[in-house]
Amino acid sequence: MISAFFIFNQKGEVLISRLYRTDFKRSIADVFRIQVISSSDVRSPIITLGSTSFFHVRIGNLYVVAVTKNNANAALVFEFCYRFIAISKAYFGKIDEEAIKNNFVLVYELIDEICDFGYPQNSEIDTLKTYITTESVVSSIIATEESSKITEQATGATSWRRGDVKYKKNEAFVDVVETVNLNMSAKGTVLRADVDGHIQMRAYLSGTPECKFGLNDKLVIDQKDRGSIDAVELDDCRFHQCVRLHDFNASRTISFVPPDGEFELMRYRCTSKIKLPLRVIPTVHEVGTSQVQYTITIKTVFDNKLAATNVVLRIPTPLNTTTVDCKVAAGKAKYVPAENVVVWKVPRIQGGQECTLTATASLTSTTTRQVWARPPIDVDFQVLMLTASGLEVRFLKVFEKSNYHSVKWVRYLTKASGSYQIRF
Amino acid sequence: MSFRAQKKGENYELSVDLNSEYRDKRKDAIKRTIASMTVGKDVSGLFPDVLKNMQTDDLEQKKLVYLYLMNYAKTQPELVILAVNTFVKDTDDPNPLVRALAIRTMGCLRAEKIIDYLCDPLQKCLRDENPYVRKTAALCVAKLYDLKPDLVLDNGFLEQLHEMVSDSNPMVVANTVAALTDIHTAATGAGCLPNDPAVFVITSTILNKLLIALNECSEWGRVAILNALARYTPQDDKENDHICERVVPQFQHANGSVVLAAVKVVMIHMRGVRREELVKQLIRKMAPPLVTLLSSPPEVQWVALRNINLLLQKRPDILSNEMRVFFCKYNDPLYVKIEKLDIMVRLASETNVDALLSELKEYASEVDVDFVRKSIKAIGQTAVKIDAAADRCVHVLLELINSRVSYVVQEAVVVMKDIFRKYPSTYEGVIPTLCANLDELDEPEAKASLIWIIGEYANKIDNADELLSIFVESFTEESNPVQLQTLTAVVKLFLTKPDSSQAIVQRVLNTATKDCDSPDVRDRAYIYWRLLSTDPGAAKSVVLAPRPPISIPRTTVAPGLLEELLGEISSLASVYHKPPETFVGRGRVSAESVQRKGADLSDDLSSTQKALQTVAAGQQSENLLDFDDAPATEGQPSGLAATEVFSQTPAAANLLAGTSSNPLDDLVSIFGGSGGGAAAGGLGGFGALGLGGFAPAPAPATQALSPISTPAIQSPPPQQAPQQPQDDLLGLF
Repeated sequence: MISAFFIFNQKGEVLISRLYRTDFKRSIADVFRIQVISSSDVRSPIITLGSTSFFHVRIGNLYVVAVTKNNANAALVFEFCYRFIAISKAYFGKIDEEAIKNNFVLVYELIDEICDFGYPQNSEIDTLKTYITTESVVSSIIATEESSKITEQATGATSWRRGDVKYKKNEAFVDVVETVNLNMSAKGTVLRADVDGHIQMRAYLSGTPECKFGLNDKLVIDQKDRGSIDAVELDDCRFHQCVRLHDFNASRTISFVPPDGEFELMRYRCTSKIKLPLRVIPTVHEVGTSQVQYTITIKTVFDNKLAATNVVLRIPTPLNTTTVDCKVAAGKAKYVPAENVVVWKVPRIQGGQECTLTATASLTSTTTRQVWARPPIDVDFQVLMLTASGLEVRFLKVFEKSNYHSVKWVRYLTKASGSYQIRF
Repeated sequence: MSFRAQKKGENYELSVDLNSEYRDKRKDAIKRTIASMTVGKDVSGLFPDVLKNMQTDDLEQKKLVYLYLMNYAKTQPELVILAVNTFVKDTDDPNPLVRALAIRTMGCLRAEKIIDYLCDPLQKCLRDENPYVRKTAALCVAKLYDLKPDLVLDNGFLEQLHEMVSDSNPMVVANTVAALTDIHTAATGAGCLPNDPAVFVITSTILNKLLIALNECSEWGRVAILNALARYTPQDDKENDHICERVVPQFQHANGSVVLAAVKVVMIHMRGVRREELVKQLIRKMAPPLVTLLSSPPEVQWVALRNINLLLQKRPDILSNEMRVFFCKYNDPLYVKIEKLDIMVRLASETNVDALLSELKEYASEVDVDFVRKSIKAIGQTAVKIDAAADRCVHVLLELINSRVSYVVQEAVVVMKDIFRKYPSTYEGVIPTLCANLDELDEPEAKASLIWIIGEYANKIDNADELLSIFVESFTEESNPVQLQTLTAVVKLFLTKPDSSQAIVQRVLNTATKDCDSPDVRDRAYIYWRLLSTDPGAAKSVVLAPRPPISIPRTTVAPGLLEELLGEISSLASVYHKPPETFVGRGRVSAESVQRKGADLSDDLSSTQKALQTVAAGQQSENLLDFDDAPATEGQPSGLAATEVFSQTPAAANLLAGTSSNPLDDLVSIFGGSGGGAAAGGLGGFGALGLGGFAPAPAPATQALSPISTPAIQSPPPQQAPQQPQDDLLGLF
């Protein structure tokens, strides 16, 4: 299991160091610094030297490092590192050198709580926040009672929820967020199109509510009425730990006692019948060796009542580009020499419309014969109230002892960031 | 809080503040002390001052002092004793958080003096009414065992842990299982007997409790429980089915490590499942979660990909329709891309080969040289794997060669050589294009490959002698593999066109025997010379014999090892595709166990290995079997080992039998012996009998000579060896 946990900054200085086991000395940190941080050629996230393995995750300018000495569970170690990152973000709003330095006392408290003797322990953010706080907790009688409750909860069958939550108005918000991954070839054929969906829930419900959740998922639909047209076929789904996996496996019902506040209820993947909200038609010509001409058209293919917002296209230019002359009908386009891309931002495009960019990149002559690799055009966008997979929430039922009335809200969002790529 | 360099007397200042009359100032001083400790400054001198601040109502301050104690208890054992009282008192605190904190910290102190005081509070905490305290105490037993196993046994803590497996709280169960497993591993690692109390045997009663707790406990707890389930030996088939069915729902868990742990349990217990239909169902349910793991962060993705690679070796059909999800994204990290490439080739079939090829061609125009080379290699592997696609692959390769980017051309030439091996005399039309790029080549492997092609098709290439004379010209400046190939190619040329190439063969043999430092090159030249001068007919049947076609090995690890690795899914062993003994503990394995497992790769990153790799690099460049060198990117496997390891895998054994058996072997086998050992002996014979002047030492000679095992000078398999040469060869002696 995890023998030590470190956080390094970019220079290789130790910001946090916690040895869970005594198999090695603190100086093991120097080994990592020499082998990974100062090494220019690191080609694997795990480095094994002798019998010591370093697992590292790079986040911004920080290295989050776990060290093990045995045949450790690699997936678990990385999941743990990412959980730590998620917790830090929840506590400090961000994770960078400044946040870690300013809160190092809290960080130590956290890493001691979420990992004991190298075995990860309770790492539910909401629960942690109840007993590891930024203000100092003074041990008193009231605190003692409170801690009893907290600890019961932290270890209980519903470790994610306290029993005594009360709200005046009982509400639940469901956000269906779909990230579209697209890989389109230069000829316009779709090489890969799939959706990574997240169902984010914010539950402000009193007591211990029992929720039931339904989607227009084909597997569920199939059991009730065959031949439903708008059913969506999900390739796979994964659930928050509050969902009873056994029930889902047996009857495909999603039933759970939600944590209080915000959490990710479900993640799913869908590959069939993806409706691509944006079409990009690139025409790129290399004129001799001194010019590249671009004509890029984007079309929005969805209902004209909806709109794509924050559309950003990153159009790669050759490395030896000097200037780019852009003309756009909508939004703004600018050449960013540092990244060798033309960034075209359109704040809003209504459904069923199209916009075009025409640009000419002037090149300097070079001696190298290396051809231009033509990285793909990358598109980021957001479309509210649309799901690319066609998924819909059918129902969300809340049952509670006191039988209160609850209000539910559903919102859909389809977006792409860094994964919607069109080759040209 | 300053992380800057130490000022003069900083420790003194801290000590003053630690003893301040103001509470805030003291707390601040503790924080500063911890900050200094973190950056590695020695603040152990402040031990007594920090200790004074231990007795406090402020939980945060308490935790800070504890943190300090954990770090320095070992260096100040006599002072730790002062803290014992407070600890023991804290384990009686009404606040469960304080009790748990005290027992957790005491276990971490690791000072001899304090351990004896730990037992009583631990006893109490194991029975605490609060589950949070109990789960902390459970792990504390493992900590204690790590320090002083006797104390755990004497106090009956183990029995207590065994009782706690039935605890009503799932988290306590999970931690108890983790602690028992930890103790079990420590004990078995130290070589205890199977009846040692520390051995944690999972009985069917425990099994049922674990299966119940599995659905209720936290994600990390599930991993601990699943790992324990993996170790259970089912009593009958029904139990196998039952476990698999109960574990399958865990495939849907959001945490990737839970998913992989569940896959591991299912893969292990599926071995005992007799119902064909259930096996199918399990495999079908396993595929989507595996694909979903690819949307995880890159590191988790990589671990998943390495494991998928293993799973595919066992069950190639598992993801047969999913190739597209393995297409590389432009911004994937290199290690992910390379794994994806390997898996794509594994999944390639006649139905998806078009999509695959257009992808691979796309990758070949990317920037990273390594990735581009791997992609081109993948094209070659596809061509060798799928006969129907060979034409298209060659077409793509030609397009790439026309790009005239140096490394692309070189890699494509190497790959073409493999395609010629698999489909002899099918793509001769390509040869002119390849030869046109002669000047582009500067890497030994590419040069050697092209020379091999020229030699092989010497009768079809009109100007073969001209082309080869370029290399003969610069013979002494070339690297070893190129020299060896030149030698062979010229001999082939001579045998096919004896009239026009008499001069060139004389010249190359002369140069090779007189001006060459390498014994391998000299050896080979002498053998050829003798063969040619004694009986050209024999030489012809040895040098120009048809070679059996190559194929891609389906597995990269031996079957026995594969089973073992499938039982280690998601662990480091499965990531490295190596048994855990190779990198855990002493870091070395005995030669026997290596033989047994068919995996050599002993001490991965040791310097010896590195040295060996350098040696092997030359041989690898000639080794057609290095198809699957994806692991090479991690810098562990060695080319040399690869050849030997392969001989133990059945798929490769066939290959070896045909393609890379030492020609000397064959010579020797003509005399009635065969096999590696005999080859060495035979070699010695050669040295002693015929080729006086150098005295080869038999043992290292086998290794040193393995370059001869190039495809270029394959001799015919023994059974085909005509009677005629045998007599002639005997005549040699």
